[in-house]
Amino acid sequence: MKHVTDVPATTPANAARPLSPFMNYKWRYTMALSFLNRVTGCALTVGTLLFVYWLVALSNGAQAYAMSQQFFAHPAIRVLVVLFSYAFFYHLLGGVRHLVWDTGRGLERRSAQLSGWIAFLGSIVLTAFFWFLILHGLRGAA
Amino acid sequence: MSLRSSLGKVEGLGAAKEGAHHWWAQRVSAVALALLTLWFVASLVHLGSYDYAVVHSWLAKSMNTVLMLLLATVAIYHSQLGVQVVVEDYVNHHGAKLAVLMLVNFVHLLLAALAAFAILRVAFGAST
Repeated sequence: MKHVTDVPATTPANAARPLSPFMNYKWRYTMALSFLNRVTGCALTVGTLLFVYWLVALSNGAQAYAMSQQFFAHPAIRVLVVLFSYAFFYHLLGGVRHLVWDTGRGLERRSAQLSGWIAFLGSIVLTAFFWFLILHGLRGAA
Repeated sequence: MSLRSSLGKVEGLGAAKEGAHHWWAQRVSAVALALLTLWFVASLVHLGSYDYAVVHSWLAKSMNTVLMLLLATVAIYHSQLGVQVVVEDYVNHHGAKLAVLMLVNFVHLLLAALAAFAILRVAFGAST
């Protein structure tokens, strides 16, 4: 029986051999965006902690809520909350993209690349618009 | 004629009987969340002020209480489904995987119970 390592002497050691499909991926933005959907999903899981804290503080009365307002006013937490809002809008648009893909549509290279750009830029626009409305609304009430 | 393999017959375990449940549950909760989060975002913008009295009386309204209950539970359920896939993908050791998945489930259950209790407490006005 022939041993598996007996390759023909004419084949150079560094010859281009077929790769398993999972090794064929090059780092493209469509792939980065797919990864970003997972990353933002995980970020939102962490964000859920802040969301639940906010609800619990609200249920614990005015004093506890005032403490949570102090917590949310911290610059680092503010940055986090803005990042979570971006994660939300990206995950929302990325999720819609996935739902459309699940119907078998939009999988072609060009439409997948286009929807990727729409999701990425759209989430930045939506985040900016959301915070504009939040801040604008606050000023309107004051 | 059975299509089951000999090994399958001997082991007698059968299919896991779950099929596409996880996949489908993730999609259904995603669609629900797209609607519920839009309501939440619109509400946050509409509220304008985030003072205790304003937020408390807003959440105490029946429709808001129910929608917030749905939002919190569906969001935490969707989170659990998603984190489960991530853990299954990246934690290779079988024992560690089981332990992490169990911990993830417990934390999500705790969060869901906390959120639900807090929302109902606001609604029933146990503390104002």
